[in-house]
Amino acid sequence: MELYELTIHELQAKLRAGETTAAEVTASVFRRIDAVEKDVRAYISLMRKSALAEAARAEEQLRKGEAGPLAGIPIALKDITCTKGYRTTCGSRVLDNFIPPYDATVVEKLRAAGAVFTGKTNMDEFAMGSSTETSHYGTTRNPWDLGRIPGGSSGGSAAAVAAGECIASLGSDTGGSIRQPAALCGVVGLKPTYGRVSRYGLIAFASSLDQIGPFTKDVEDCAIVMNVIAGYDPAESTSVPAEVPDYRGFLGRGVEGWTVGIPQEYFVAGIDPEVEAAVRRTITLLEGAGARCVEISLPHTRYCLAVYYIIAPAEACSNLARYDGVRFGFRAEGSRDLIDLYKKSRSAGFGAEVKRRIMLGTYALSSGYYDAYYKKASQVRALIKRDFDTAFASCDAILTPTTPTPAFKIGEKTDDPMQMYLSDIFTISANLAGIPGISVPCGFSAAGLPIGVQFLAGHFQEGRLIQIASAFEKLAPSEKRRPAL
Amino acid sequence: MEYEPVIGLEVHAQLLTDAKIFCGCSTKFGAAPNSHTCPICLGMPGVLPVLNKKVVEFMMKMALATNCRLNRGCLFARKNYFYPDLPKGYQISQYAQPPAEHGWVEVEIAGGKKRIGITRIHMEEDAGKLMHDEFSPVSRVDLNRTGVPLIEIVSEPDIRGAEEAAAYLRRLHETLVYLEICDGNMEEGSFRCDANVSLRPKGSETFGTRAELKNMNSFRNVQRALEYEIKRQQYLLEGGGSVVQETRLWDDTAGVSHPMRGKEEAHDYRYFPDPDLVPVVIDDAWVEAVRQTLPELPLERRERFVRDYQIPAYDAGVLTASRQLADYYEEVVRLSAEPKLASNWVMGEILRFLNEDKKEIRACPITPAALAELISLIKEGQISGKMAKEVVDQMYRTGAAPGAIIKEKGLVQITDEAALSATIAAVIAANPGQLAQYRAGKEKVFGFFVGQVMKATQGKANPQLINDLLKKMLAG
Ligand SMILES: [Zn+2]
Repeated sequence: MELYELTIHELQAKLRAGETTAAEVTASVFRRIDAVEKDVRAYISLMRKSALAEAARAEEQLRKGEAGPLAGIPIALKDITCTKGYRTTCGSRVLDNFIPPYDATVVEKLRAAGAVFTGKTNMDEFAMGSSTETSHYGTTRNPWDLGRIPGGSSGGSAAAVAAGECIASLGSDTGGSIRQPAALCGVVGLKPTYGRVSRYGLIAFASSLDQIGPFTKDVEDCAIVMNVIAGYDPAESTSVPAEVPDYRGFLGRGVEGWTVGIPQEYFVAGIDPEVEAAVRRTITLLEGAGARCVEISLPHTRYCLAVYYIIAPAEACSNLARYDGVRFGFRAEGSRDLIDLYKKSRSAGFGAEVKRRIMLGTYALSSGYYDAYYKKASQVRALIKRDFDTAFASCDAILTPTTPTPAFKIGEKTDDPMQMYLSDIFTISANLAGIPGISVPCGFSAAGLPIGVQFLAGHFQEGRLIQIASAFEKLAPSEKRRPAL
Repeated sequence: MEYEPVIGLEVHAQLLTDAKIFCGCSTKFGAAPNSHTCPICLGMPGVLPVLNKKVVEFMMKMALATNCRLNRGCLFARKNYFYPDLPKGYQISQYAQPPAEHGWVEVEIAGGKKRIGITRIHMEEDAGKLMHDEFSPVSRVDLNRTGVPLIEIVSEPDIRGAEEAAAYLRRLHETLVYLEICDGNMEEGSFRCDANVSLRPKGSETFGTRAELKNMNSFRNVQRALEYEIKRQQYLLEGGGSVVQETRLWDDTAGVSHPMRGKEEAHDYRYFPDPDLVPVVIDDAWVEAVRQTLPELPLERRERFVRDYQIPAYDAGVLTASRQLADYYEEVVRLSAEPKLASNWVMGEILRFLNEDKKEIRACPITPAALAELISLIKEGQISGKMAKEVVDQMYRTGAAPGAIIKEKGLVQITDEAALSATIAAVIAANPGQLAQYRAGKEKVFGFFVGQVMKATQGKANPQLINDLLKKMLAG
C-alpha cells in the first residue's frame, strides 16, 4: 500500500514509529497528484515548494518529540480559506490575483499542529454551486466516474481526499457544501455547529450559514482534525466560547440505547431508489446495534429551500460588494467613470451563478420587499430551528439521506438552476438551524457511485455525530472501496 | 402668510477611543495615508469585525448626558452602498433597535429655556477619504479614517430657527467635549452636522416638504446655511411654488446651497442586521457603572459657579466653555480664595493670551498655582494691578513664578512710608509753583503731583499710599 492511501491515524503511527518520514509521506502524495490530477482537477493551486519545507519542519518536530497532532500530514485547503502569501481565488476571476496578507485562524491552527499544506482546492465560485461547475478554473471530476461532478461547492476538497491527492482536507459548508460532495465522493465530511470553528479568514458567502469543516477518509480522522480546528476565536464575534471535548473519545462507543429520529419529510418522491435503499439499510444496521429508530416530523422542512435562497443571497450580495475593482482583485480596463468601473469590473469578474444570487439578494433586501422576503424568511428560519429543538428533545441524532441522488453527469444540471439547488435539499436545514451534520459513506449504486448518509445532532453535539458515524462505520466495513483512477 | 421653520439635526461625532470600532488600528488624525489600516478596516476578503467595548461606553455616556433611555439590547446593521471610500461596500451602522432613544437637551433661547428632543443615538463606523489629484485625472483613497467610531445623534424636528439650531449644536458640542469622548474639531470633521429643513404656515400641525442640508463645517456655516435655506423655501412658497425633497450642499464661499445630483442620492441602502456581529447587551449594572464616571455637566456647573462664586452668569458661561478651563478656574479659586479676581484674570489675561496663540488651556504655561500666587500678591498690596499685568505677561512668556519675576525686575511695590515720604518731599520742593496753586485751592493740581511721584518711583509705589502721604504733606 502506498503512503497516500493511508489515513491520518495510520500515518501518525508510522511516523511516530519511525517507519516513514514526513518527507516521504509528502512526496508520495505529490507523486499521486502528478499521476491523477490531470484527470481529477481537484486543485486550483499547488503549494509544492512550501509543502516540502513544512514536511522538513514536521520531521524535525517528530524527531524532537515535539510533534503536533497533524505533524507531517498532507492537508488540502479549499481555496476559500485565506493563506498568507499564497493566492486565494475563491474560484473566481475577481480574486484571480489576490494574495491575502494574513492566514485564516484554521490555517494557523493546522500549521501549529504540524500540517503540511498541499494546495488550494477547486470550488464553485464563491461557494455558490453544488458541482464545482461554476468555478472560473474548470470543473473538478468525480474520482469514481470522471464524467460526473464531485459535488460542491467544496468539490475539489472532497475529490482530493477520494483520489488520494491529500490525506485530509478542509471545506466550507453554507447549505451542504461539505456534506453533499463528501457523499458524492465517498468520504466523510462534517459541518460543525455554527460558531464551533472560526470563520476568520474564510471568505464569506453567507455569514450566518458558513462553517468550515473537514473531509477525511474515515471517522477517526474526522475526530483528529476536529480536535485541532474547533474552538473559540476572539477574532470572530459569532464564535462560541463553549468547551471543546476530545472528539476521539467518542470513537467506538456504540449506539446502544440511542434514539435516532427518521424525519418523514426527508423520504419523499424524487429520492433515487438506490439512495433510499442504502439509507434504509443503514437504519437496519443501527437498529441491529441497539439503536431505536423512530419516525419523526420536521414540519417546516418544505420551506428550507425557499428560506435559504432568500437569506443566503441577501447576505452574499452584501458580502460580495467589496469586489468592486477599486483596491484589490479584478479591475476592468477602459472605464469612463466610477460607476462604469464598478459595472465593468463586476460584470466581467463574476460568473453567471454569482450574478444571479447577487441580484436575488439585492431584490430580497430592497426597500418595499424586505418585510415580504428577508424578514419573513428570518421568521421561518426560527421555526425551522424550533423543529430541530423539539426533535432533539427526544432524539440523540437524526438520520437522513445526504443527497437525493448519487453524482450526476457534468453539464446535466447547469442550465437548470432549480434542479441544481434541489441537490442540497437535505443538507440546507442544518445550516439554517446552525446544528452540526456529518455525511458518511453508506454504500454504492449499481453503477459504482458512492452514496452518503447524513447524521444531524443538536448544537455543539459533534461528539454524538462522531459516535454514531463511528459506530456505523464499524457495522459496514466491507463497503470500503477505492476509486479506480 | 407667516411661515415657521421646522428643523431636525443629525450630528456625527467621532469618538476619542484609542482603537477603531471593529479592529485594533489607531484612530489618530493626521498620520501618513493608509498607515493606520489592517486587513479588517481595509475590508479584505475573509475578515470579521469585533466590537470595541469602549465605543459602547462612550455612546452610553452621551446617552446618559442627554437624558436618553438606554435600551437593553441593540443590533448592528449593514448600510449597503458603493463608494471608493467604503472598502466593504457597506457601512456597519445601527438601524432597527438602536441603543439609545427618547432623550432631550435644554437650550437657552431668547425668552427662556427650551427642550429639544433627541430621537436616537447610535454607533457606526466612519468611512475613508477620497483625495482628488488636481493635476491628473486620478483619485486616491486614504483609509485611515475607515472604522473610526462615530455616534450619530438625531434630534426631533423641534428646532424653530437658525439660532436655535446653533444653540442646540453648541450644547451637544460642549457636552461631548466635557465628557471627553470627542475632540469637537469641526474643521477636521470630528463633529459634523446635517440638517433637515421644512417650512409650514405658523400654527399648522403638519410638516412641509423638507430639504436636507449637508457640508456645513462650522457653527457659523450651519447658521448661515439654515438662514439661507429658510429664506429660499419662504421665497418658493410665497411665490406659489413648492419645495422639492432633495439633498443640498452648502457652498461656504458663495454663501448659497446647491442640490446634489439626483443619481448620488437615489440610494436604497438595503439595511439588514449584520450577521457578523451579535446583539449588544446593555444591562443595568453596566449603565450604573458608566453613570458613575460621568463628570458634572456644563449646565450644572454654570449654575453652581453663579451660586457659589457669586460671579455673573455671563462669566460662568465663559469659564465653563470647556471642562479644562472650568477645572483651571476652580483650581485658581481653591488656591487663592478670590473667585471674582480669579474670574477677572482668567477671563481677561489668560484667555487673551491663549486666543492670540490659538492655544488650549491645557497648553497654558501659567499653572493655576502660579496665577493664584499672583492674585495673592495683588491682594496683599505687594504689587499694583498695573505691575501685575506686566508680571503675568512675563509668566506667560517664560513660565516663571510671579515671585521670581518680581524680584528679578525689582518690581516690588514701594510700601515703605519713610522712603516714599522722602521722594514726595523732593517732588514738592522741586515744584513750588504747583504747590502754591494747590494750596490756593486748585485741587486738580493733586493729579500732577501723583504723576510726578509715580514717575520718580518708576510706578512702583503703592498708589493708595501715595495718595495718603501726598494729601498730608501738601497740606503742609
Ligand atoms: Zn484596522
